[in-house]
Amino acid sequence: MLSIKNLKAEIDGKEILKGINLEVKPGEVHAIMGPNGSGKSTLSSVLAGNDRFTVTDGEVLFNGKNLLEMPAEDRSREGLFLSFQYPVEIPGVSMVNFMKTAVNEKRKYLGQGPMSAGDFLKMLRDKKKVVEIDDRLTSRSVNEGFSGGEKKKNEIFQMAMLEPKLSILDETDSGLDIDALRIVANGVNKLKTENTSSIVITHYQRLLDYIVPDVVHILYKGRIVKTGPKELALELEEKGYDWIKEIN
Amino acid sequence: MSDQDKILKDVTQSDYKYGFVSNIESETIPKGLNEDVIRLISQKKNEPEWMLEFRLTAYSRWLEMEMPKWAHLKIPEINYQDIIYYAVPKQMAKKESLDEVDPELLDTFNKLGIPLEEQKMLTGVAVDAVMDSVSVKTTFRETLAEKGIIFCSFSEAVQEHPDLIKQYMGSVVSSADNYFAALNSAVFSDGSFCYIPKGVRCPMELSTYFRINAANTGQFERTLIIADEESYVSYLEGCTAPQRDENQLHAAIVEIVIMDNAEVKYSTVQNWYPGDKNGKGGIYNFVTKRGLCKGVNSKLRWSQVETGSAITWKYPSTILLGNDSSSEFYSVAVTNNYQQADTGTKMIHIGKNTKSTIISKGISAGKSQNSYRGLVKISKNASGARNFSQCDSLLLGDKCGAHTFPYVECENNSAILEHEATTSKIGEDQIFYCNQRGISTEDAIGMIVNGYAKEVLNTLPMEFAVEAQKLLQISLEGSVG
Repeated sequence: MLSIKNLKAEIDGKEILKGINLEVKPGEVHAIMGPNGSGKSTLSSVLAGNDRFTVTDGEVLFNGKNLLEMPAEDRSREGLFLSFQYPVEIPGVSMVNFMKTAVNEKRKYLGQGPMSAGDFLKMLRDKKKVVEIDDRLTSRSVNEGFSGGEKKKNEIFQMAMLEPKLSILDETDSGLDIDALRIVANGVNKLKTENTSSIVITHYQRLLDYIVPDVVHILYKGRIVKTGPKELALELEEKGYDWIKEIN
Repeated sequence: MSDQDKILKDVTQSDYKYGFVSNIESETIPKGLNEDVIRLISQKKNEPEWMLEFRLTAYSRWLEMEMPKWAHLKIPEINYQDIIYYAVPKQMAKKESLDEVDPELLDTFNKLGIPLEEQKMLTGVAVDAVMDSVSVKTTFRETLAEKGIIFCSFSEAVQEHPDLIKQYMGSVVSSADNYFAALNSAVFSDGSFCYIPKGVRCPMELSTYFRINAANTGQFERTLIIADEESYVSYLEGCTAPQRDENQLHAAIVEIVIMDNAEVKYSTVQNWYPGDKNGKGGIYNFVTKRGLCKGVNSKLRWSQVETGSAITWKYPSTILLGNDSSSEFYSVAVTNNYQQADTGTKMIHIGKNTKSTIISKGISAGKSQNSYRGLVKISKNASGARNFSQCDSLLLGDKCGAHTFPYVECENNSAILEHEATTSKIGEDQIFYCNQRGISTEDAIGMIVNGYAKEVLNTLPMEFAVEAQKLLQISLEGSVG
């Protein structure tokens, strides 16, 4: 699914990722944990194609294709989805119109015709159920006036609509109360199949009670310094990030 | 093809798609402006003596005036002696039947998406098509006449309804009003006239389509709309011009008079040639538009989408004279490359409990300058007056400018005025968010801009809202590199 080799990236001349190696196979859930400033969000931005960051070295293959050569929109159309830590507001653009454009752009890229209005509305209804999103939210402008929790739910709703192969959840748990966290996690779990994969980026073990990872990586100063089974997250929670700082 | 795809196609293909020149021979008078030229125009139009006098008075006023300098615009010196003031497509005695109209002319309007054969037209829209200095054809006249509605070219109105013209022409915008109004009053050649009788709801959209074709000419037209008591009309104007290297002048006047309980909606989609990417050529659009809400509870709504012209100087305004009268101004002005726009409105509250709303959305890209200029004036007797103004500016890139010049004059303490203003930039994070959902940067900008302008676009008649959306997207093409 995803193969990252020696990925290095910088912003404004400052190197943030200093050689990341990561293999994600179909059906796997990987958690990436790490203290503030370790490069977690940079990794998700670089994978999604945010051109504020410059890749200086390394290679990323996504289903065998060179991901780094693709513009951001093609990465999305190939099936890479990023759930943003801070989803932006787009005033005046309705969620329905936004999603319709996104879905049809992807279909066009894959050589399929646009969806009929009927099919689209049915899909919208079905996916709304999966993520337990309020009807109100999809009738409003993209994220405009949404609460923190609503924005995160809306991200998962978009993920459901776009049916990605690989989802990167960037601190999806930040700013969520426990009920919202459960709803969001349930949504992610329901969308999981044996052919799709997720990378869950988080500070806290809490989210991993709901989205159970196959592999846990610890990112520190731009490198993955430790990889282990899901129990690693518990160990980290117990010992704190100082433990990582000490062993490095 | 879905609307969406069409928009996409348009966006990827075209720069200014109305830039073609029609091969129509025109009869022009020599360049230059003097009393003889005015007499000649009047004579060519076979005008009555009072009309010639109106023109000559305006001309003498214009001679004493100076070009206004207060706008935030850099206007190159205009040589008024180097302009042709009258150009008529040849053999243009106005034809009753379309069979007699020059096929090249019909073809021109077809290409502009304005078929003049009634059966091919958008149902529910009557069009007065004006090319250069004359009205070419007015459609659906008979249908409208059954309801007592008069919709014809201004020249015909002078001949056929002289009393209405004498009574109302210049009653809202006098020839002494300003420099360009005086110029227009002296040399105007045609335009549209519309009268909606008492109690009549006009069953279709009325529209005037202005086209400049001939080179070196100016277009000076006037529109006069009278909505009698309890009547309603929705009126739309559109404009395009060929792509030429030299600048051309367009100076129009629009006057609207609205009686008791009547309502007028006036929408403009202005797409004059804006000049090329380096700022060469383009139309100078200096227009005076004003409505008089004369009657009690009369209503006027201005909606404008301004995407064209090298320079725009335009302030559709309303005089709220009747008690309980109200007016709304909705505007989207887009400037790209080297375009300059100084546009806004004036709301003059005179009657009691008068209300006005101003929603202005400026969008600047490239090296353009975009200004909102507006006046809200509450007179001494306008007790209970209310105004709400909102002026938003959106910047694309960092070489353009957005400016807001709101003026308020309030002489009555019971008035309530609110003003809101915002300036924002299209965020890279907004564009990236769209990219991440599979939407290209170009489409993302179109989407964000249309979302921003939605409040205004929603006030346009349906058929034109789609057109306006496309226009916004096309106007901003290539504005983000």
